[in-house]
Amino acid sequence: MSSTSTTSAAAEFSRRRQTPLQQVQHQLHGRPWLSPLFLLLVAFVAFFISTPTFLTPSSMGILLQQTAVVAALAVGQTLIILTAGIDLSVGAVMVLSMMVMASLAQDGGMPGLLALIIGVAFATIAGLLNGILVTRINLPPFIVTLGTLSIFTAIALLYSGGASIQASHLPRLLNVLGEGFGIGAFRLTWGIVVVVLIYAVMAFVLSQTAWGRYVYAVGDDAESARLSGVPSRRILLGVYTVAGLIYGIAAWILIGRAGAATPNAIPDANLASITAVVIGGTSLFGGRGRLIGTLIGALIVQTFAFGLSQLGVDQQWRVLATGVLVIIAVAIDQWIRKVKA
Amino acid sequence: MSTIERLPLTHDAIPDDRRHIYDADPVLTARDIGISFGRVIGLDGVSLDLYKGEVLAVIGDNGAGKSTLIKCLTGAYLPDSGAIHLEGKRVHFRRPQDARDAGIETVYQQLAVIPALDIASNLYLGREERRSGILGSVFRMLDKGGMEKRAGQSVQDLGIQTIQNMSQAVETLSGGQRQAVAVARAAAFGSKVVVLDEPTAALGVKESGMVLQMVKQLRDSGLAVILISHNMPHVWEVADRIHIQRLGGCAGVITPTSHDMGEGVAIMTGAKTVEDAA
Ligand SMILES: Nc1ncnc2c1ncn2[C@@H]1O[C@H](COP(=O)(O)OP(=O)(O)OP(=O)(O)O)[C@@H](O)[C@H]1O
Ligand SMILES: [Mg+2]
Repeated sequence: MSSTSTTSAAAEFSRRRQTPLQQVQHQLHGRPWLSPLFLLLVAFVAFFISTPTFLTPSSMGILLQQTAVVAALAVGQTLIILTAGIDLSVGAVMVLSMMVMASLAQDGGMPGLLALIIGVAFATIAGLLNGILVTRINLPPFIVTLGTLSIFTAIALLYSGGASIQASHLPRLLNVLGEGFGIGAFRLTWGIVVVVLIYAVMAFVLSQTAWGRYVYAVGDDAESARLSGVPSRRILLGVYTVAGLIYGIAAWILIGRAGAATPNAIPDANLASITAVVIGGTSLFGGRGRLIGTLIGALIVQTFAFGLSQLGVDQQWRVLATGVLVIIAVAIDQWIRKVKA
Repeated sequence: MSTIERLPLTHDAIPDDRRHIYDADPVLTARDIGISFGRVIGLDGVSLDLYKGEVLAVIGDNGAGKSTLIKCLTGAYLPDSGAIHLEGKRVHFRRPQDARDAGIETVYQQLAVIPALDIASNLYLGREERRSGILGSVFRMLDKGGMEKRAGQSVQDLGIQTIQNMSQAVETLSGGQRQAVAVARAAAFGSKVVVLDEPTAALGVKESGMVLQMVKQLRDSGLAVILISHNMPHVWEVADRIHIQRLGGCAGVITPTSHDMGEGVAIMTGAKTVEDAA
């Protein structure tokens, strides 16, 4: 096709001049994680200027450790939100899994590895159950996970009797993710390493495999995906199951981080994970978003919380700041969606 | 091989140079297909034969059951009753993917493209190709570059100039360009039957002409084409036979030489029957 005389109207159209704002919109459309990255950098600079202790190796290590659990949960949440679903049972699944593995291994009751495997299996099955309810009974994910949120929480409490299990009663394997290594004052835990691995693996799966492509397709337009030959239900079922598996691993990280298995650890896990996903540029309407955005989103949430607390700002103001961030993020998403070629 | 009795053909209404198409057995047959949606009857016992190398047009008023018919043939709907045979073998398509695996490609009326994915991803959706070697077999890694290149090639082969950049997201395309993507996908991968449900509805004059050209190309390469259209001049231009769908049933099968457009429309609306008009 060498002829220039047949240039289509379409090509003509795309060469039209765009205003700077339209260009920004276009860039963000292709790279939805750009705006959260910018926000993260702004937050870093602001806290660096206002708080001398913020950008120090030890502070950064603590920031990452605090981010680890929510960042892990947010991977599962991202998968589900990409399919235009939502998971309100993240925290409940993690706590259930954590209480199961800790109770089983308590005071040498069961080898750590076996307890860990059973605990993670519980989380995986919990995810599968959510998936079955969504795909087979065709209930909206919001309703399904609202129900299982209560169910899993109740089971965890009944099972554990509401009591915490201290790290000293647990085998080393269950605590090991809280241990780590330091590079000077900058301390990384094995839990952080595991989170990085989860991100690397899932980012590969989402961007480089057919399964990942189907996740986006199902989330964007489930009926078109089905007509195009995508096994929509199987993909959805897989997404909820993999999310459950990841929540199980998050439970393991949490024991190491908290130094105990506690039924009411991280009470805001649901909102924190959803917030990280949304701030990270993943659309609540499905089909759009990147895992790297979620990682940045989780870091933003923690950076604000950590930075503001170092500034001595009251807890209530930190919550308020998070709320404002979420609304801004969703507003930006809506704007990006209106992009023209 | 086939034990299914053919539906009668009016041989005198088929031009001599096209008559050889009907010597072989039909590639696709449907008998007494029925489906209802709750109390709404979608199809009330519809039969059709589709031959290799022919264009079978399906016309009918809105709601006559044209889309429902082809959805039953292509696995999008599971008919309540009736039988479908492909090359003489009974088939039970439970999902659109089953029909595609059997060589039937469809452009549905609602297009079934994924706006968030790019053009190449849409063309290869459901039939992704993996990298060679360990990257593909163990890590299941997609051959994105290869698929993009081949997508560009097939679009070019089809003479579609309105879509150019294969990595452009489909949502940034116009309605007509999206339609071109959907048609290109069906044309590139159909190996036995290509079904097009109003493929020119959103297209300009030039682009419609291209789609009709493509339909003729597919037919000449030995595929069977089902074309649903409300555009009578298009139908009379490319069709070998015309299946008239009316109120969920088949009101008759005519050819562009046996009846003119006015008579076709009259049968479609129930003003005449095939016999009156002949
Ligand atoms: N999924 C469905 N649920 C309920 N009713 C349906 C469904 N699909 C089709 N119908 C009904 O079946 C009948 C035939 O519809 P169909 O879409 O096949 O018409 P059509 O001939 O393709 O019309 P058009 O020219 O408008 O595309 C209509 O009465 C429609 O309401
Ligand atoms: Mg229709």
